[in-house]
Amino acid sequence: MSIGLYIHIPFCLKKCNYCDFISFPVSESKVDSYLDALEKEMELYRRELDSDDRVIDTLYLGGGTPTCLSGNSLRRVLEASRLFFNWLPDIEVTVEANPGTLDLPKLKLLRDEGVNRLSLGVQSFNPRHLVCMGRQHGVAEIREAVQMAREVGITNLSLDLIYGLPGQTLAQWQDTLEEALSLNPEHLSAYGLKIEEGTPWGELAARGKISPAGEDLARLMFDEVQKQCREKGYIHYEISNYAKPGYEARHNLRYWQTRPYLGLGVAAASYIDNKRWTNVSDINEYQQLLKQREKPVEEEIVLNLKDQMAETVILGLRTMEGVSLTDFKARYGKDLQAIFREETAKMISAGLLIIDNRHLKLSAMGLPIANIVFEAFV
Amino acid sequence: MTHANWQSKIRNFCIIAHIDHGKSTMADRLLEYTGAVSQREMSEQLLDQMDLEKERGITIKLKAVRLKYQASDGNEYTLNLIDTPGHVDFTYEVSRSLAACEGALLIVDAAQGIEAQTLANVYLALEHDLEIIPVINKIDLPNADPERVKQEIEDVIGLDASDAILASAKTGEGTQEILEAIVNRIPAPQGSVDAPLRAMIFDSHFDSYKGAIPYFRVMEGKLEKGMEIKMMETGKIFEVNELGVFVPEMVLADSLSAGEVGFLAASIKNVADTQVGDTITGAKNPAAEPLPGYKKAVPMVYCGLYPVETNDYEDLKDALEKLKLNDASLYYEPETSNALGFGFRCGFLGLLHMEIIQERLEREYNLSLITTAPSVIYRITKTDGEVLYVDNPAHLPEPQAIEMIEEPYVKANIMVPSDFVGAVMELCQEKRGTFVTMDYMTPTRVSIEYAIPLSEIIFDFFDQLKSRTKGYASLDYELTGYQASKLVKLDILINGELVDALSCIVHQDNSYHRGRALVDKLRRLIPRQLFEVPIQAAIGNKVIARETVKALRKNVIDKCYGGDITRKKKLLEKQKEGKKRMKQLGNVEIPQEAFMAVLQIDD
Repeated sequence: MSIGLYIHIPFCLKKCNYCDFISFPVSESKVDSYLDALEKEMELYRRELDSDDRVIDTLYLGGGTPTCLSGNSLRRVLEASRLFFNWLPDIEVTVEANPGTLDLPKLKLLRDEGVNRLSLGVQSFNPRHLVCMGRQHGVAEIREAVQMAREVGITNLSLDLIYGLPGQTLAQWQDTLEEALSLNPEHLSAYGLKIEEGTPWGELAARGKISPAGEDLARLMFDEVQKQCREKGYIHYEISNYAKPGYEARHNLRYWQTRPYLGLGVAAASYIDNKRWTNVSDINEYQQLLKQREKPVEEEIVLNLKDQMAETVILGLRTMEGVSLTDFKARYGKDLQAIFREETAKMISAGLLIIDNRHLKLSAMGLPIANIVFEAFV
Repeated sequence: MTHANWQSKIRNFCIIAHIDHGKSTMADRLLEYTGAVSQREMSEQLLDQMDLEKERGITIKLKAVRLKYQASDGNEYTLNLIDTPGHVDFTYEVSRSLAACEGALLIVDAAQGIEAQTLANVYLALEHDLEIIPVINKIDLPNADPERVKQEIEDVIGLDASDAILASAKTGEGTQEILEAIVNRIPAPQGSVDAPLRAMIFDSHFDSYKGAIPYFRVMEGKLEKGMEIKMMETGKIFEVNELGVFVPEMVLADSLSAGEVGFLAASIKNVADTQVGDTITGAKNPAAEPLPGYKKAVPMVYCGLYPVETNDYEDLKDALEKLKLNDASLYYEPETSNALGFGFRCGFLGLLHMEIIQERLEREYNLSLITTAPSVIYRITKTDGEVLYVDNPAHLPEPQAIEMIEEPYVKANIMVPSDFVGAVMELCQEKRGTFVTMDYMTPTRVSIEYAIPLSEIIFDFFDQLKSRTKGYASLDYELTGYQASKLVKLDILINGELVDALSCIVHQDNSYHRGRALVDKLRRLIPRQLFEVPIQAAIGNKVIARETVKALRKNVIDKCYGGDITRKKKLLEKQKEGKKRMKQLGNVEIPQEAFMAVLQIDD
């Protein structure tokens, strides 16, 4: 069985005010020693994994901002992944990018290295919001980036947006959405802002200076995404994700369908053989361990059967297709409704879950308040 | 040595001080100086034993320690230091400790001066004819003003403070002078060793091996090991199997005679048989009369205690039984609430006592509890002439059946710097107080007396008093009796259902305001549910305020990718745990704090 490969690139031009991912200001020497470590990690796993598990059908370069690396560095990462793992012929290769870190030569290089999907972190089309968020680009750079991507022949383009920004009105969000969809991306992700501790916005929120949209406004904004996307022919296939038919993110679907993936790089997470593990989040420790040819793993959890089943349900319910009762039975030998009898009965009678075409899925009522459902299954 | 000679070398004393004025540290210095404990053994503030006491800096349980002191007159003296609780809830216990002594150290902070609680205890001590030795403590502080404090002691208490001892429990300064003053100024205990035994219990504790252990002062006669004793109040008879004193570790003795202080063990199953203030006499040659001053401990504040998990009921019952073994003043009886199921109505000496018991139940017995808002006992005269005492607002009869409601009143004495007189009077008026009198004890310190309903005191009175006087005010109160008031029962309906555990009794004039504030507070405490939940306040059948808890609109983890799964799952588990601690009323989940909401409303 093939796996998905995730590679974390923990560098950015500058960290955004709301971001709590592991990332550092980019510098050439730092990138070089990080890539050294990354290659050592690939080598470790090539030896450790069964040959089957070294076959990858999706590759995802995430960050940070992978595209803040030089063309040469990006080429180095992609080629190393080809060297240590076996790319399937129809592999989906996604690179996360920020407007302002792209130019035509870099995009051509990516295309030539096999990248066939670009996920562009756009976040907003409101210049003032972009400044407040600490983004290193304006609206013009967004359009430029999209245009360049098309020019080099990227036919699977995704845009990321955030709603519920402090002070953002519903009308402003409608405008951002319209602008994003007018660029005709194949895929769109829209996330409600969550203010995290330890970020500049987290500090401001703790002091009561800012707050994200309240629950009622956030709901209206969420409804708005669904409405506009539907009108433009996108399929709502996961809580926060929309795609033209056939353009669902294959790599990300792995997460929700509890299929295996290997995460490489600092703080990256993996899921193989019912084990979940996470790499150390300290970049120096990560590099040090790999110098000693040790796995940079911080935490490993072996999932028991009940955990596996619960995760299958909770993650599967994130997709609008839901959890296939047939697949569940095939995988675990038992009926989902027998294992989670009380939970499913309670949630169905509350109107939050439905069974449709042998799939258990969120109802329209359950979708925006799905945590209530998830809590029942954890 | 003859007994008379021995008795003449005994000094029984206690320490009167306001919280933070250094009572425990001073006791430590005395123990250290007399060699009862070496400095090395001295864990900070030895007399406060329970963790809870240490955390809160107050003394809950009394203890007695025997010290040996070689005085400058060449004689060795036996000093019994009897510790007293320093909180207004425990006034009766204080009075019993005082009754066991001939003298008291009055410790006053050299910077802060006299506080209401100190004053109340000094008056108690004077009532018991105690010799009072003023000690001005913390003279090492830069802002110490011993002369002003001396003047205050003379003006306020009327004691001669010219020979007040200047001390610092922190540095040890003045310790020897204090010990000399105890020997020279406090009289030796009176009481004939040949009279029939009369020993007064001033405290007790429960030992799981030896049973209830009373601490007592022998006033007359002699107690011996093996002797049959009788508790005069309960009439119960026990055989003394162990007799002893604390130095501070336990030392056994064969007998204790008039003037001495100690403990005994007699296989007493229940602390209720060793009631504070009771007199121990001999079963064979009993005294004719018990010692004066016995009072049964009467709870003043009541609340409902319910397990969050219904099947913890038995555990709660066991825990209360065990606590009751150690605390005769705790009262409880089973009650049922339609909202909360099976639980107990518990009675406490005061709010602090209530908080201590709650905390011990949660901490030591690992119980998750729902506490209903505290209530006092109301006296209801029904239209048919029947008189009821109601300690649970939910049990108030229908308004048509009530002729009159009376509520307990207290005499509240508040001491405060003169700058805050206005603030204090304003607060007392808001709390339905009636002004009684005001004294300028010094040009800058005022003693204010109000008659206030006890129910107002047990709300947030003390917190308000502290915050409005920047912490300078001190409060002492005592129950004076019942007075008729225009009171009504305020009911709360959640999703159309009356929640009995949220009913409270309020004054008619405040009822609209309280009702509005309460539903507003509940709206903020109750999380959004799947559907809209109306919250109403009603008096009788009339709804006087309404709020709505909105339905959940968006509650979903937006981002869940490879690296998020474990973390988000933990988040969901945590949220689920939080909900387990909520009480399910019909379809509505209500957090524990909601049942105390009535205490948290801002007037």
